[in-house]
Amino acid sequence: MASCSVEDVLAKAERDEAEKLKGITVNKELDLEFDPGNLLAFDKNRIDTREFKDGKREDFLRSLARDNTQLLINEIWKLPTERVEEVIVAKLPEPTTLLPREKPAPKPKPPTKWEQFAKLKGIQKKKKTNLVWDEVHKEWKRRWGYKRAKDDTKEWLIEVPEKADPNEDQFAKKNKAKKERVARNEYNRLKNIARAQKIKVPGMGLAPTPKQSKAELAQAVNIAKISTASVGKFQDNLPKEKKPKNTGKRRKFQPLIGDFSSEKQKQLDLLKVMDSKKPRLDITKAVNKQMREEDMEARQKNKKDFGKKGQRGKMSGKGKGKAGGKGKGQGPKGKGRKPQMKQGKR
Amino acid sequence: MRPLTDEETKTMFEKLSKYIGENIKLLIDRPDGSYCFRLHNDRVYYMSEKILKLATNISRDKLVSVGTCFGKFTKTQKFRLQITALDFLAPYAKFKVWVKPGSEQSFLYGNHVMKSGLGRITENTAQYQGVVVYSMADVPLGFGVAAKTTQECRKVDPMSIVVFHQADIGEYIRSEDTLT
Repeated sequence: MASCSVEDVLAKAERDEAEKLKGITVNKELDLEFDPGNLLAFDKNRIDTREFKDGKREDFLRSLARDNTQLLINEIWKLPTERVEEVIVAKLPEPTTLLPREKPAPKPKPPTKWEQFAKLKGIQKKKKTNLVWDEVHKEWKRRWGYKRAKDDTKEWLIEVPEKADPNEDQFAKKNKAKKERVARNEYNRLKNIARAQKIKVPGMGLAPTPKQSKAELAQAVNIAKISTASVGKFQDNLPKEKKPKNTGKRRKFQPLIGDFSSEKQKQLDLLKVMDSKKPRLDITKAVNKQMREEDMEARQKNKKDFGKKGQRGKMSGKGKGKAGGKGKGQGPKGKGRKPQMKQGKR
Repeated sequence: MRPLTDEETKTMFEKLSKYIGENIKLLIDRPDGSYCFRLHNDRVYYMSEKILKLATNISRDKLVSVGTCFGKFTKTQKFRLQITALDFLAPYAKFKVWVKPGSEQSFLYGNHVMKSGLGRITENTAQYQGVVVYSMADVPLGFGVAAKTTQECRKVDPMSIVVFHQADIGEYIRSEDTLT
């Protein structure tokens, strides 16, 4: 029993070993083609369609993939390896398979005006060296740009041409010419871009915006207004015209604890002004008064008519009169004067 | 905190004069010391010079309220009176309305005054005139705007509005957290 079991164990170990070996070696009818640079393997073996069509399609695909991956990894192990920080790394060769690019090829740039001209005239670019020998400094310098050889801006002396005005500043003239050339070049560059994108070529100077917004127009008006000799002091305003905002003027307040008496005086003056602006004759008030007078007359009449008829009516009338007594008490003062005034006006 | 600008002073006085007329003078020119209006957090505070000087010891962001708040400026620079100003409006009020005890509560809950609740009204009150509302026991309850003239008040039916509600002392409880 014991020996039997030992044999069994040995046999099982042998089988496991074989299984393991079989795991690493894969037999194929045709060898695979490898491109380790791209980590790529091509399997040109025929696929057993019967096995593929059986229900075990998934298993078949998985085992095929496993085998082929094993082969690819075997191939990678054949490459020279090295140890980098406890990790074994294989050095991949250059990829041999050409992969298609992800994005479509860019369109050629539209030719600039010069390129068009050069093509027409058959002018070809000549390759020039970047560095040239500078005789003055005895060293190699760039052909152009910063620290170039034969730098004409660094001359300390310029000969005045024979026909030129002797008082003219030749240095300033040169500077100005350079600046103009730079500006001209920039303008041409923009023109080339505009032509390439088929936009209208901008004119020289500031291009006006085709349609100004309300805010822009308002700003333009404000700027035009203060652009006078007197900084817009005598400019008339349109009716209902809004004052420009953010003109750089800051709000200024009186100090928190300043001159209290002057503050009080200012407020009293303001009250006086406000008072004087009130209309003298309040029309609704006058009409009310008129109505009230008529009411009173009617009541008096009623009183006369029913005065002798018992006390009750009289009592209620008195009560009513008392209810408004306080208001009335103040009333007559103003009332006494104003109706006369009104009459006088009429 | 800062003094009011001329424009702000004018807007505020115009609003105040609707209730107390030219009696504003009495608020500015007081025999018992110098008083002033100051603006803080868009609110107008009325205080004595002494309190103002004491209040300068408190930093701006910590200062919640000082003196009596009269009202606040809206974002469009209009001035709104607050119920807290009632203490100064009531003694100088030119036009008054007395409310019957039955409708006192309704007014204090923020409702307009109906004809049925109207006890007395100052003679010659014009339409849309600012009025101070009193209870029949002469306790100031709030203020509002006359919806009808005194003459019209006599003729209208009992359910029509006589005084539009603007502020009442019930706000001390209703909007306790916003009244400063």
